[in-house]
Amino acid sequence: MAEGMTFTIHDLDMLTQAEVYGKALVELGRQNKNVVVLTADLMRSNKTGEFAAAYPERFFNVGVAEQNLFGIAAGLARAGKIPFASTFAAFASMRACEQVRTDIAYNNVPVKIVATHSGLSMGTGGPTHFATEDIAIMRAMPNMTVIVPADSIETARAVAACVDLPGPAYIRIGRGFEPAAYEDENYDYTIGKSVLMRDGSDITLICCGVAVNAGVIVSSQLEGEGVSVRVINMHTIKPLDREAVVKAAKETRFIITAEEHNIIGGLGSAVAEVLAEEGAAVKLKRLGVRDEYSEIGYPEALYNRYNLDSDSMSRVIAELKEQRAF
Amino acid sequence: MAQTTTRHITDRKELEKYLVTKAAETRKKILELARIAMGGHLGGALSMVDVTVALYHHIMNLDPKNPSWPDRDRFILSKGHGAIALDPILAQVGFFPEEKLETFNKLDSPFGMHTNAHSTPGIEHSTGSLGHGLAVAVGMALGARLDGATWRVFCLLGDGEMQEGSTWEALMSAAQFKLGNLVAIIDRNKFTIDGPTEMLMALEPLADKLRAFRWNVIEVNGQNMTEILNVFEELPLPTSDVPTVVIAHTEKGHGVSFMRGQSKWHYGAIDSDLEAQAVQEIDATIPK
Ligand SMILES: Cc1ncc(C[n+]2csc(CCOP(=O)(O)OP(=O)(O)O)c2C)c(N)n1
Repeated sequence: MAEGMTFTIHDLDMLTQAEVYGKALVELGRQNKNVVVLTADLMRSNKTGEFAAAYPERFFNVGVAEQNLFGIAAGLARAGKIPFASTFAAFASMRACEQVRTDIAYNNVPVKIVATHSGLSMGTGGPTHFATEDIAIMRAMPNMTVIVPADSIETARAVAACVDLPGPAYIRIGRGFEPAAYEDENYDYTIGKSVLMRDGSDITLICCGVAVNAGVIVSSQLEGEGVSVRVINMHTIKPLDREAVVKAAKETRFIITAEEHNIIGGLGSAVAEVLAEEGAAVKLKRLGVRDEYSEIGYPEALYNRYNLDSDSMSRVIAELKEQRAF
Repeated sequence: MAQTTTRHITDRKELEKYLVTKAAETRKKILELARIAMGGHLGGALSMVDVTVALYHHIMNLDPKNPSWPDRDRFILSKGHGAIALDPILAQVGFFPEEKLETFNKLDSPFGMHTNAHSTPGIEHSTGSLGHGLAVAVGMALGARLDGATWRVFCLLGDGEMQEGSTWEALMSAAQFKLGNLVAIIDRNKFTIDGPTEMLMALEPLADKLRAFRWNVIEVNGQNMTEILNVFEELPLPTSDVPTVVIAHTEKGHGVSFMRGQSKWHYGAIDSDLEAQAVQEIDATIPK
């Protein structure tokens, strides 16, 4: 954690991931004069307005123009700055996709893309504002580090950890009031190293984002029912913590991945690639959006539909148990 | 067959009265939906109402009972977050029963924050990501011309949306392809989310820029039904060879005193007290 940043659940409990991001940026801006922040007419939504108020000369709002946003960020990085550029995940990954790939990833400049309102978190905003393809897109770009924080505390950790990364990063956060997965920031956070949230020996849940907290709840619930569930917070999708995946394949009999993303191309696919390459004899089930454009609804309802909340995850595991899948 | 809702009205003053009344009804519906849906893009919805009502009730050739009638005029809401204004107008002219709007924003509803062509009769193309609509409209207009058809394509854009580079690519192409059957309308309400357009990323001199991009530029008070009708009734023929852009000078949050002329109500939620206050103000604008 960067010097001077001490966030605990007491500070962060009532804050959204974006609000924490806004606060973390101000702190980083204080510590490092090279930190600059950009957005595209969304400083209210993504809370970069806090940085704007503190350091107006290091803040650039380019208007509703996402391609320009990432082009300018690349230029600032070329000029020795550490740009944090933010817009909705749908627009960061898809509208400005080629600027991100060519100007940032290919040129390998240290732009930190903090993509907010990712996954289904726009709820009633519908598919134009959902981002259920972004992990797949970003993961396919060489040089890009891809991070999905589990909650607000981890958002603060991720943002701080990214400052010193020599290359680009994509940090994918939600909209809103995702419940906390962590009590405080006193845990070992290393980019590329997963966190074992709960140990278990029957099955392993490998989760990212909102699914992490749901996984932890499921693990506690099922303990009483005689199912031992390991829960891994795979906060870095790339580079993936292969070791943790292989270990889970050896020590448990079934692996479930859970992500607020299409089941194609994201965390589930990344895990499947490792399992296949390692010749692991373990079954895999991928939870998430099943290759469709979701209908609208409040996020909680959509999480339930796509098996990303604790109730639906428990149900999936009960069904697997009934089928003697593990 | 074209079915404007105003075909029975022959007197000009009566026509204006009718449309102004429909605009007021739409504004009230917007507020009601924002309340039941626990939020909505109020500012930009309220500013676009008058032009959109004039188009759907009087100017465009449509057949709401047959939404895919091939000769209909097309309308694309490029500022797709205006769905909360457009969907009620579609109901008014008969694309679907008004009661259906009660599901607004609910799980699996056809109606949400952005337009949805899959689920909403009358919506030509799903929008919501800014800067897409005009290019799609250019494609539709090209298609019409290839078929020798004389329907028009209308495309309503936000002024903040004019900051998107893709909008300017589409502007260039419409002039290049000589699309006299294309009419773009800019809802010039002067605000985006983060502030006034001129402070954030200035658009002016907008009319001059559009003229330099070889469009026929018309400016109108987008909140004045008389002026709106005068402009849209006198559009160049669809067989002409210069696209027309109407800069509709509007007011963000128009019709509700505590919402007007600011960014704060770009998106917002209201309770029934605020709604009642707003409805009172809107009712006062309905001609006797
Ligand atoms: C590509 C894209 N970027 C950002 C947004 C988020 N957004 C929604 S509305 C809006 C402001 C639009 O301003 P304007 O076009 O003036 O709309 P109006 O004032 O008419 O509501 C923004 C930035 C979006 N919908 N699409």
